[in-house]
Amino acid sequence: MDSGQFSGQIFNLVTIIYFVAMVLFFLYLAARNNTLGLIATLASFGGFIAHTAALGLRWYESYQVLGEDGRVPLTNLYESVVFFSWSIVLVYLLLDWKYKQRSVGAFVMPFALFSMVGAQMWLNADIDPLVPALQSNWLTYHVITCFLGYAGFAVACGVSIMYLMKIGKEEKHQGEKPMGGLLGLFPSTRILDDINYQAIMIGFPLMTLGIVTGAAWANYAWGTYWSWDPKETWSLIVWFIYAAFIHARFTRGWVGRRAAWLSILGFAATIFCYLGVNLVLSGLHSYGSA
Amino acid sequence: MTEKKDSYTDRIWDFFCSLKLTLFIMLLLALLSIIGTVLQQNAPAEEYIREYGQSYYELFVNLQFIDMYHSWWFIGLLGLFSVNLICCSIKNFPRVWKFVKEPMLVATPGTLKNSANRLEMNSKEEKEQLAERLSSFLGKEFAKTIRSESDGKIFLFAQKGIYSRFGAYMTHLSILIVMAGAVIGNIWGYKAYVNIAEGTSTNRVWAHSGQLPIDLDFTVYCEDFDISYYPGGNRPKDYNSNLVILENGKEILRKRIEVNDPLTYKGLTFYQSSYGSTGKPVFKVKVTVNKTGEAFNFNARQGEHIRLPNGHAFAVTSFTLNDRKFGPAMQLHVNTPDGKHGRPFIVWKNYPEIDVKRGGLFSFALIDHDDPQYTGLQVAKDPGVEVVWLGCILMVFGSLTAFFFSHRRLWVCLEDDGGRTKVQIVANAHRNQPGFSLAFDDLSEKLEATIENKSIVKEG
Ligand code: HEM
Repeated sequence: MDSGQFSGQIFNLVTIIYFVAMVLFFLYLAARNNTLGLIATLASFGGFIAHTAALGLRWYESYQVLGEDGRVPLTNLYESVVFFSWSIVLVYLLLDWKYKQRSVGAFVMPFALFSMVGAQMWLNADIDPLVPALQSNWLTYHVITCFLGYAGFAVACGVSIMYLMKIGKEEKHQGEKPMGGLLGLFPSTRILDDINYQAIMIGFPLMTLGIVTGAAWANYAWGTYWSWDPKETWSLIVWFIYAAFIHARFTRGWVGRRAAWLSILGFAATIFCYLGVNLVLSGLHSYGSA
Repeated sequence: MTEKKDSYTDRIWDFFCSLKLTLFIMLLLALLSIIGTVLQQNAPAEEYIREYGQSYYELFVNLQFIDMYHSWWFIGLLGLFSVNLICCSIKNFPRVWKFVKEPMLVATPGTLKNSANRLEMNSKEEKEQLAERLSSFLGKEFAKTIRSESDGKIFLFAQKGIYSRFGAYMTHLSILIVMAGAVIGNIWGYKAYVNIAEGTSTNRVWAHSGQLPIDLDFTVYCEDFDISYYPGGNRPKDYNSNLVILENGKEILRKRIEVNDPLTYKGLTFYQSSYGSTGKPVFKVKVTVNKTGEAFNFNARQGEHIRLPNGHAFAVTSFTLNDRKFGPAMQLHVNTPDGKHGRPFIVWKNYPEIDVKRGGLFSFALIDHDDPQYTGLQVAKDPGVEVVWLGCILMVFGSLTAFFFSHRRLWVCLEDDGGRTKVQIVANAHRNQPGFSLAFDDLSEKLEATIENKSIVKEG
């Protein structure tokens, strides 16, 4: 089928904008120039607007390609990776708005960029019609909630990496005068730790909702809300890791280093749940292999 | 002796209440669950033996790795998880309940001094009057106040969002409800399947576990099965069955089901899951008695003997869609009245005149043929599913409440201080303190203005 959609060209443009934004964030860290930081954030925002428009356009195009069988652009691996990238930028922009910590962009935008590059280079962007099992509104709710949740975890992972980079230096760094160099521009470790937690608090309920909507869909389609297939099981594994993160924090005061490592572990499991299961293991959720 | 026993039970109780146990179980469940995603579950024995060898296969069987999510150790761990959850809730709930039943109306001196969010002022006004005004202000801007007096001081107390203290309990309860729903479904429900050919009906289904069919107390009739394809290919777009539920021969319910849109009757749900050919084609055959020219039409199933006039009979024995490029053709034979099979011959659908030339008592023509489909249905009986949904809804609301709302409290203390009134206001939130601090800064600006009895002029 014709894959030369106009939306595809906008997605290419978005990829370039995210690349530029990431480079600007790096330059901002290196040159300590606030104007660069502002431009980087604005570029991310501009890219996000274009990204949103292209998603809308792809939705519209699906009706041109498939007639009445058009559908939301959330139904194959390509579309889900593009949406994942969109969600990461959304969560990042929300946290940036709340915390005003520019430098976080340098560690979050790469996730969004890699997703876009991966999707544009290796995945099949054709708008194909849906097999009957995927013709369900539950699929839409399921994909949206899961990926917004994953995006929260991606941001948490990014700031955890920053935290670990900074805390090591900070403990060696003696004296009153503020830390210089790249790490000096990072938010304080206390704020990084807090953003880690906040991002997971956004991600966790959304992921819970994602698992619930997935179960509802499975129940309508196959008559079993839970069948322990690898995808379901891995989503439960991810859920347990973040539930442990939250409880360790609420009641046992696991903050700082241990929280950062747990957050990175959680995101590694998330990525495995998302891609690893499709590529390495097999199961019901095989739309990824299409 | 009794003392020792007490401490022993205490230790067990503490063990089951401990959050360390919770963390340990959560991470252990995460780790163990991986096994079943790497090792295929419930495959035939030969597959494991081929891939891993006999001795590993036996090890897997002994460790119950073949069906690990139903193994005693996995279920046991889930059980321990629930016990932990229940014990912890029993232990901590009274403390939370106390917040509701006996709110701390009077701030302790320590709270007044050390709160992160505090405001202290002096006023020339009488404390009674001031209390009045602050009370009505807080009622509008924060929450209704409760007034109390002690040691000649006036205290006001106001709180918001106390229900958020229950968020965690709601979530924990929801997890137990989901588990209960799953247990109910496992005990009183079953999963089965049934294939029904178009135009036929059934009153039994085949359980996935076990050999014997399960009898239904009603009949399912498949009136019609349809499949449509996307243009220019053989990708199925939709397949659906017209199902009719019959009881004592009377129609009760009818529905066109498709993937993602099942039919439910008497607690049983029928899901469209597959389809296929029954392999029993039906032929519309026109038979002409050569002598008289008299003609009859028959619907003949493959292999079925059909009576003809004067004691003869015929049967269609095989069929092909394309015989040597001549198109659809059937093979058939005619029986004599004494039951002897005649020699088989072939009739091509597109060339009826050939059979007229064959000679014999009758000539045959293939008018049409039909290959009935069967519809493949998954059948589920799950009386626990509503319980599971209830738990899920509670879980979503509970975790949102636990994470995004907080219990916020505010105390005012007014005391005489050498002809003036000393005003102390403190507040706290049990979660998201930074966010609350911002809100408090905003509120204290207005509080100051209220105490000074003037309307605030916002500068820049
Ligand atoms: C969506 C999932 C969950 C959420 C949002 C959640 C939330 C919470 C919260 C907010 C607390 C702190 C309570 C407080 O300090 O007042 C807590 C404590 C606790 N949670 Fe969970 N929880 C979840 C799942 C679980 C699960 C699956 C268990 C399994 C055993 C569990 C066991 C506990 C225990 C034992 C405590 C300690 C209670 C205490 O010390 O007050 N939680 N949980």
